[in-house]
Amino acid sequence: MKRKRKDQRTKAKGLRAYVALVYAFLFAPIVVLVLFSFNDSRRNAAWQGFTTRWYGELINDGPVLDALANTMKIALVATVLATVMGALAAYALTRYRFRGSGLYNGAIYVPLVIPEIVFGVALLSGFNAAGVSLSLQTLIVAHVAFMISFVIVIVRARMSGFDRALEEAAMDLGANEFQTFLLVTLPFMAPGIIAGGLLAFVLSFDDFVITFFNSGVGNTTLPLKVYSMVKFGVTPEINAISVFMLTFSSLLLLLSWRIQRQSGKPVVTDEE
Amino acid sequence: MGKREDELRVLFIKGMNEPMSRRGFLRRAGTTGLVLAGAGWLAGCGDDGGGSGDTEMSDQLNIYNWSDYIAEDTIPNFEEEFGVSVTYDNYSSNDTLLAKLQSGATGYDIIVPSDYMVTTMRQLDLLQPINLDNVPNIENLYPRFREAPFDPGNEYSIPWQWGTTGIGYNMEQVPDFRPSWEMMWDEKYSGKITMLTEIRDVFAVALFRLGYDINTTDAAQINEAKDMLLEQKPLLKHYTSDTYIDELASNDTWLAHGYSGDVFQAVAENESVGYAIPEEGAVIWVDSMCIPKDAPHKYTAEAFMNYVLQPEVGAAISNYVWYASPNQAAEEFIDPEILQDPAIYPPEEVEARLQFIEDLGDATTLYNDAFAELRAT
Amino acid sequence: MDRFRGHSFLVANVLLAPTMLWLTLFLVLPLLVIFVYSFGGRGAYGEVELGFSLSNYTKAFSPLWLPVILRSFAFAGIATVLTLALGYPLAYFIAIYGGAKKNIFLILIMLPFWTSYLIRTYSWIVILRTEGVINTSLSWLGVISGPLDLLNTPFSVVLGLTYGFLPFMTLPLYASLEKLDKSLLEAAQDLGANRLWTLLRVTLPLSLPGVVAGTLLTFIPAVGDFVTPDLLGGPDTLMIGNVIQQQFLSARDWAYGSALSFSLMAILLVGIFLYVRKMGSEDLM
Repeated sequence: MKRKRKDQRTKAKGLRAYVALVYAFLFAPIVVLVLFSFNDSRRNAAWQGFTTRWYGELINDGPVLDALANTMKIALVATVLATVMGALAAYALTRYRFRGSGLYNGAIYVPLVIPEIVFGVALLSGFNAAGVSLSLQTLIVAHVAFMISFVIVIVRARMSGFDRALEEAAMDLGANEFQTFLLVTLPFMAPGIIAGGLLAFVLSFDDFVITFFNSGVGNTTLPLKVYSMVKFGVTPEINAISVFMLTFSSLLLLLSWRIQRQSGKPVVTDEE
Repeated sequence: MGKREDELRVLFIKGMNEPMSRRGFLRRAGTTGLVLAGAGWLAGCGDDGGGSGDTEMSDQLNIYNWSDYIAEDTIPNFEEEFGVSVTYDNYSSNDTLLAKLQSGATGYDIIVPSDYMVTTMRQLDLLQPINLDNVPNIENLYPRFREAPFDPGNEYSIPWQWGTTGIGYNMEQVPDFRPSWEMMWDEKYSGKITMLTEIRDVFAVALFRLGYDINTTDAAQINEAKDMLLEQKPLLKHYTSDTYIDELASNDTWLAHGYSGDVFQAVAENESVGYAIPEEGAVIWVDSMCIPKDAPHKYTAEAFMNYVLQPEVGAAISNYVWYASPNQAAEEFIDPEILQDPAIYPPEEVEARLQFIEDLGDATTLYNDAFAELRAT
Repeated sequence: MDRFRGHSFLVANVLLAPTMLWLTLFLVLPLLVIFVYSFGGRGAYGEVELGFSLSNYTKAFSPLWLPVILRSFAFAGIATVLTLALGYPLAYFIAIYGGAKKNIFLILIMLPFWTSYLIRTYSWIVILRTEGVINTSLSWLGVISGPLDLLNTPFSVVLGLTYGFLPFMTLPLYASLEKLDKSLLEAAQDLGANRLWTLLRVTLPLSLPGVVAGTLLTFIPAVGDFVTPDLLGGPDTLMIGNVIQQQFLSARDWAYGSALSFSLMAILLVGIFLYVRKMGSEDLM
């Protein structure tokens, strides 16, 4: 067994090299971004010399830090909501066949095909017609509405071909429907839910158009802040905040990995 | 201070009629907490004559302005002087601002749209008139900005900063540069030219070159301008309203249709970049403070406008953002370097060639359709 | 299966209720208003004048926009193929060889996107422009004599789309590949199947739902993208998303913009339906 795996490792050499190149492609602009966070110029245009002043300015820039806080709040809450609701809906749609599911299917694809500006304008008009004043909550509502479909599509791709014999077996062993879901179905869905949640987070974190229309006074998010700087120059301070985000999340990632390894029981893998 | 004010507010009864001398009054009262607190809240009650809306300072003001378009101390000083807490948010274009306003209430007290957009918003009933009795410093404006075609008499708008739309160019790469829009059609510089994305700004360039009125509603003239722009299209690197500053600064482009202040930013990065107002004429624009229809703190907004029109405050903004101030009284406080720069404060003969873009109502669709054709084909 | 049947309708609806309520309240209902707009017209100053006319729709289907629509579909199509070519091996690698580090590899894909879109795009500009990273290094290596025109071309737009939508392709692929039984692959190879045969006859069919989901999540948003052609495009790379954006913003003709949007949405929805049917992935529909 062990030898076989090693064998496969070497076989996958070509694949490994290719994957390394894809990661390089993903991180190419990030390298530039990090370099320019040390650029001694107000603009992201040409290299003018090394400085750390953008980090200093960032620490003292209340509005930008507030915007980051708003962005994180919205993204975290909206991701949780969209992922939970989306996963349940995806489960229902693949697990059960019933009359009327076609209509549901149509509704789910609407957020994918709708131009962002149409959604932004429509929802804002809706909020106004209903007399709802804009706030962070309205932003969360808006984000969930466009994120949910992405989660559903990904989780369904996972669920497709799910072997129901597993559920049957669990129930034969005496588990009820809910226990079966929790112990058999949910773990099976997990990679799809994680993938959906990751994508949802990024969708929310980076959204400009829908956020612009549905944000109230003082609800500036990072994308709103950055886009508003376009006319007068997006300063390397924004690079600095991106580097901060990258470093912070990388550390978190490293930490969680270390904990995982130290606790001695690796999370379920299908390595064996 | 805020807390004490809150407590004392209860003890106070409305009725102090001192809008004009509020500042001096405030300073004098500085030592007397009780009076100070009262002044912060109640100054300016009563005789505003216009009769519209509130007549009291509120403790909150919501401003929606372009980013980086204000001096660092403008807001903090206002907050301190008037005991108002300001929320200051930013937007990036007139069009998105309008679309947001058109979709409904936003909660902002002051917005800063550009000239023709003031007309549009007014026609769409999105603004409310400013009570100029509360803005006595309006006298400080240059006459040109008191009688601007988009809002004569400043009924709905008070200018913030102004500038022009001209050509940013690279002196080294374009040694034969002349201040003429013809440069933007020079095949020698093919692939090194950019134009803005704003429909009317783009057409204004061709119309200036053709010698027509930039606010023409004559379909034949607009069509001629479109053909001219179609000729130019293969020479362009692209249409852009945001990346051209970086492109000029990094030598990627040599001729850019752009806003004066934007080009100055490229100049700050790259010494060989210059800015010119073409001899055929150019667009002048002025961003102006307006009060949206649904503004919750109108009186406070007017107090802020009056504050900005103080000579020192207006000058500080210009000194920080390097745009021209519409405030004549501010001249003595503006850095001579800015005041004497012909690109910021153009000499009279150049100023005479500047024209505002006006909202043409129904005729706008002529431009829209022509622009659609220009971009699609 | 039989055991569920009695109350399956009820359970399914309870599970779907939050999503459907949310989508109805915050998407479908507001959208109806915009749909009504699409039959109206533009007032003198950009207000919507309600009415009933199909002229916006006839205008939307005018030959004027045909090149723009074809271009949008072409750019999005090429970008989808490229993301598939990059994303499939990536997802396959993580799913099969990721081991305990699966989630770390996955998050590494997303990490670049926890930055600002605008800054990432500016970084691409720095890489692609005339005196950019690529041109400088190539001419230093002596590969090229003059700078290549990389930026503000169809190439740079497709590159931008490919980059931006790579996670949209990779994540659903991963979700679907991850359930592949590794022993199944080994069994196939033990039985003498070569790796290509295993890939074509075992892996690919089993991951088809992921391919369908990934191509949908990439192609559809890419067709409607407007920021990428705006920032990385040239004078003739206008996409349909730009046109819609323009109608709502600079042209201030919401009625026309709405008609364009609903036409595009209808085409895309029919396209999704046909595509999912054709690929035999009814589980996604």
